[in-house]
Amino acid sequence: MKKIEAVIKPFKLEEVKDALAEAGIAGMTVSEVKGYGRQAGHTELYRGAEYVVDFIPKVKVEVVTKDQDVDMVIEKIVNAARTGKIGDGKIFVTDVQRVIRIRTGEEDEEAI
Amino acid sequence: MQPADFSYVIDTLFLLFAMTLIIVMVPGFAMLEAGIVRTKNVTAVLTVNTMIYAVASMAFLLIGYQLAFGTWETESVSKWAAFLFQMAFVGKTVNIMSGGVSERTRIIPLMLFTVLMAAVIYPLVVNWTWGANMLKDSFLDISGMHDLAGSTVIHSTGAWALLAAILIIGPRKGRYVDNQVRVIPASNIPLVVLGALLLWIGWFGFNGGSVGSIASKENADTVALTIMNTNTAGLAGAIIAAIIVYFQYKKFDITMILNGALGGLVAITAGADVFDIYTPILVGVIGGALVVFAVPFFDRLRIDDPVGALSVHLVNGIWGTVAVGIFAKDVSLMAQIKGVVVVGIFAFVVSYITLFVINKFIKFRASDDDQTQGIDVSECGVEAYPEFKRAF
Repeated sequence: MKKIEAVIKPFKLEEVKDALAEAGIAGMTVSEVKGYGRQAGHTELYRGAEYVVDFIPKVKVEVVTKDQDVDMVIEKIVNAARTGKIGDGKIFVTDVQRVIRIRTGEEDEEAI
Repeated sequence: MQPADFSYVIDTLFLLFAMTLIIVMVPGFAMLEAGIVRTKNVTAVLTVNTMIYAVASMAFLLIGYQLAFGTWETESVSKWAAFLFQMAFVGKTVNIMSGGVSERTRIIPLMLFTVLMAAVIYPLVVNWTWGANMLKDSFLDISGMHDLAGSTVIHSTGAWALLAAILIIGPRKGRYVDNQVRVIPASNIPLVVLGALLLWIGWFGFNGGSVGSIASKENADTVALTIMNTNTAGLAGAIIAAIIVYFQYKKFDITMILNGALGGLVAITAGADVFDIYTPILVGVIGGALVVFAVPFFDRLRIDDPVGALSVHLVNGIWGTVAVGIFAKDVSLMAQIKGVVVVGIFAFVVSYITLFVINKFIKFRASDDDQTQGIDVSECGVEAYPEFKRAF
């Protein structure tokens, strides 16, 4: 099992969610995060003084999936989240050792 | 009902209505300040605003009113209404300063100063200008100054006290690092807008009520003109501030636009009853423009004023009072300047001494650790926004 974490532009969340749901992904977790990469921050203005906003709001989507689905999920996310402009985000894939469904106690692939 | 009784009843009603509008400025100041400070200091700022209304009004009831006017007796309106109307102003004087020292100031010493401000300092200024005038026939007599609702008597008196307080208390921790001004953005812009617009509405009672009587055709006209002129200056201040910030920075900073509106309103407070209907545009335009330039100016001097109260109330309190001497017939420019200077020196020096002495015994400034954690926790024990992000 793998965990796919995608940090994306917030306004792309709906498209990513729809693409994953269409592909049969049963669940995901999203959180509001802030960060920066090559896009870096931007300057804002407040009461006559400029200041740099280092961390830009992003959404992080986490999906845990079977090993054979990983490439498909990544492709779906990339297609849905890409705008071609800087700051589209990144995808991280990590191994997941165990998954437990709290309600039933099912484990691993049954619990995804 | 006799005609004399009729005007007594109407004027009493008028003063009670104006007083109610002025009290709308209490939530006005509270919301403006709650929005402009960081979330960790919101409860403290709201507590200070609530306590100022209570403490200042009580001090005025027990001591200040007598000191200002010498007597409770009035003939043309109910004396209780006359008191309530004057009482509505006293908290405003202290409120003007409270926002400028927010996020770093402890509540107990601030309340001690509130007592002295409302019982002695502000009533003395009122005594010389609108009240019993103990300076009559002395070379300091400033009763020749035309100050309808207090550009000088209220706004700059409060703001001089604020300047003294900022000099004693210092800037917020982390505001000026090395040679840099570190921006601390507002936490809630909708509250800032709500507060500023509540203040704007309160101003109609502030200036309109200060005409004192509405119970004749002539007075009714003066009251309406005063309120119209008050509004006009606010509009002009907002528009010019928006234009200037847009040309300077290519952005519309709503906090500056609101400060511009309030600057125009402060400036028109001295002479709204004596201008024609077009002069307030000019008074408001200059007032709003002054604010936009004064805010960064005070920052360069390392005077940390989170809400811009000095730019709004001090700069425009002075400008508004002087403007009456420039634009109004029958008002002497020298008398206006003399009033500004006498009140300014008195308010600043006495406030500075009072604040300095209080600070010797109870420190105004919250410790660096308390400021880091937020003075909601150290001063109030109640956080304004305790939930983890959002409660469902």
